[in-house]
Amino acid sequence: MDLRRFSNGIALCGALALTLAAASPARANPYETTLSNGLRVIVKEDHRAPVAMHMVWYRVGAMDEKDGTTGIAHLLEHMMFKGTKKLKPGEFNDIVARAGGNDNAFTSHDYTAYFQRVPAAALPKMIELEADRMRNLVIGDDEFARELKVVMEERRLRTDDQPQAQMHEQLMASAFIAHPYRRPVIGWMNDLEKMRPDDARNWYRLWYAPNNAYVVVVGDVDHKRVFELVKKHYGHMKPVAQPVRKVTAEPPQTGERRIVVKAPAELPQLAMAWKVPKLSDVENDREPYALEVLAGILDGHAASRLPRALVRSSQIAVEVGAYYDSTARGEVTFMLGGTPAKGHTVAELETALRAEVKRIADEGVSAAELERIKTLTVAAQIYKLDSTYVQAMEIGRLEASGYRWQDADRMLEKLRSVTADEVQAVARKYFGDDTLTVAVLDPQPLDPDAKPRAKPAGLRH
Amino acid sequence: MRTHNDFLQVIPMIRFFRSALLRAVCVLAFATPALANVDIQHWTAANGARVYFVESHVLPILDVQVDFDAGAARDPGGLSGLAGMTHGLLDSGAGGLDEDALAEKLSDLGARLSGSADNDRAGLSLRTLASAREREGALALMRTVLTAPEFPATVLEREKARAIASLREADTKPDQIGAKRFAKALYGDHPYGRSATVESIAAITRDDVLAHYRRHYVASRAVVSIVGDVTREQAEAIALQLTGDLPAGEPLPPIADVTMPKAATERIAHPANQSHIFVGQPVSRRGDPDFFPLQVGNYILGGGGFVSRLTKEVREKRGYAYSVYSYFSPQRQPGPFQIGLQTQRAQAADALKVVDETLATFIANGPTADELKAAKRNLVDGFSLRLDSNRKLLDSLATIGFYGLPLDWLNKFQERVEAVTAAQVKEAFQRRLSADHMVRVIVAGD
Repeated sequence: MDLRRFSNGIALCGALALTLAAASPARANPYETTLSNGLRVIVKEDHRAPVAMHMVWYRVGAMDEKDGTTGIAHLLEHMMFKGTKKLKPGEFNDIVARAGGNDNAFTSHDYTAYFQRVPAAALPKMIELEADRMRNLVIGDDEFARELKVVMEERRLRTDDQPQAQMHEQLMASAFIAHPYRRPVIGWMNDLEKMRPDDARNWYRLWYAPNNAYVVVVGDVDHKRVFELVKKHYGHMKPVAQPVRKVTAEPPQTGERRIVVKAPAELPQLAMAWKVPKLSDVENDREPYALEVLAGILDGHAASRLPRALVRSSQIAVEVGAYYDSTARGEVTFMLGGTPAKGHTVAELETALRAEVKRIADEGVSAAELERIKTLTVAAQIYKLDSTYVQAMEIGRLEASGYRWQDADRMLEKLRSVTADEVQAVARKYFGDDTLTVAVLDPQPLDPDAKPRAKPAGLRH
Repeated sequence: MRTHNDFLQVIPMIRFFRSALLRAVCVLAFATPALANVDIQHWTAANGARVYFVESHVLPILDVQVDFDAGAARDPGGLSGLAGMTHGLLDSGAGGLDEDALAEKLSDLGARLSGSADNDRAGLSLRTLASAREREGALALMRTVLTAPEFPATVLEREKARAIASLREADTKPDQIGAKRFAKALYGDHPYGRSATVESIAAITRDDVLAHYRRHYVASRAVVSIVGDVTREQAEAIALQLTGDLPAGEPLPPIADVTMPKAATERIAHPANQSHIFVGQPVSRRGDPDFFPLQVGNYILGGGGFVSRLTKEVREKRGYAYSVYSYFSPQRQPGPFQIGLQTQRAQAADALKVVDETLATFIANGPTADELKAAKRNLVDGFSLRLDSNRKLLDSLATIGFYGLPLDWLNKFQERVEAVTAAQVKEAFQRRLSADHMVRVIVAGD
């Protein structure tokens, strides 16, 4: 739970209440407005240092792709640096760097986001640059071919040569047989090999529009001035009719699934994913908050149960973890996983991990454990204020997942209202066999003489 | 937690580029692009600990770091990994509290205790709320862990087993195989060239750990960095509280000098799809007089992310690699200059040729006037980005303190970058980088 995405918690108890009251910015902060073309702008003033974090988020990601062109959302993200009607390839990065800034972008299943960290004085130029590439991108055939090679190298680096990543890719592809989360964000290599410039042009034309985007700024800025600048550079853009999004819902899973992935490695690995609910209704849902707390009690801080029981006490594992994120556009899973210690098997580790969940289902959790999670969550809200990046990411991710940044406070309150009974109830309800998918990494010896397993991509020299 | 990262399927576009440029924070609002002015208070405590303090009441938080001359370079022969093991065991039982009790107490206060160790340094960092109850509780726990660790035998055995498992795993991964072999190729038998092995970890006894702790975690070599919501008076008390119970300590011998390696290329077989390529040589120390010309030059060569020559030549023009970078890593003894990239095996030779030509051209001709101007604008005007959080300032304070850099290091940084000339960059690169000492390691090359 180290990546909580809640904004300034207000309703607090004891010593922390005073602390937070002192730290809380004015209640009006963040500020937001929406242009007539649908572009939303969210500004959080933070005057600690003369810097600005500027982000543009597009409500489109890998989950919106079609089979045959997986990876196009991420590939287009790369192409966004390749020039516009006004800028030569590479000029975008050059302008940002000369302004004293640094910039990057990232793609997930749910969203595609671009950011620059700059001295506050350079923000107007950044707004101008992002507006330009929202509508004026030029995708040249040669630039596309070169960048596609870069993305293939990225896939080799991140996935094809990483046994753990291969296991995770195949776990997702098995846990979801219909829902688009079954596809890797970076795309299948075979789809990348067949990708054409028109695939990128079509993607850009469909999704890159003011009504499918929002701007997030955190830093030493005047929100009124930011609103003016955004209006100046984006105001003339027309909204683009958005395609109807048809996201295939995952049919109910009615039996356990198991896969094995073989790759050159030393240690076996285990990952288990259960289908669980996500947060749909901030105000009325209860279970997602209880699952968040359950994940925190199992893993996420030094005193949590899994490392304590399985790594430190029984020493069945050298590493264990739990992962759950209640906020997403798509469907979510609750994951447990780890690496067995020497002399133990993945089967033993699986049994032990499931026993820890069952122990909570049978015996519940202690008041101290529950309180600890809440304390850490509240502390994280204050620590977050030390980073404009973390603050901007929180706003951006909430919005991308279909919530509003204003929900953050409510989510924090809701999380703090979770009871021991509710944690016990979700532990009882969601961890059966029939909604479980298990992936095992079966390590293979390294044979230096072996040829690479993956078919080399057809590079045209 | 490794599994966490695997579960988070967010793809950033490019790796963060390592940079040895100091980062820091300024909590004063100044007009841009003014010169940064960080007010570092420095004193030596009665017990010999050196203290570096920046007072900042903007946020109700406190960050404290305590470092010692206790890094891997202090590993005795045959016991590589001892420094890391000792450091990792500090919070595994201390002052009568077992590891679980320590973890619970920290979490109950909302505090975070973490550590870092490298060749030169080993230390602990604490982040806590500044409110009295939380702050006092967290500092008391940090003091216990620093001054009264118990190194339980059972935990040592467990952590040795985990370290061995992790080593065996690392020895299957091309990037980690390459990093170890590269260090060995650069430094040979020098402490900077050694890596922990299954045998060296297995050989560590509790007596070794205790001896390392008693010899290296001492008041006279403690560097205490404090940033945040406390007064000078409180900071003085905190520094003494954290180190007061430590012994003064005996002087240590200096770390051996580095012998420059002979140019060589080492190829290591591996079934990976990509070749992992490492190029470099030992170059610079902390406090090196060539620091600014080398850093400004390296921004242009391979440190400046998307706009560097290496990225333009290798990635943008040819699509050979996703990540290609260069950096200088100044340490107490000359740390490496390193170029790194990963590329499909079949084109490894072509990619390496481009790297070699890019480096040779840069050394021969130095930067263009426009490149130099662009580098200065980024490093000078962007300096405030290295000054925008307590965490970053703590990192800088700790580095300034440990290596004894001048107190005005941060405040002079921008003007010293501005003063660098193209001729200085060219001259420094020619003098400090030599083809006779350039080492190459290629894992999974054909």
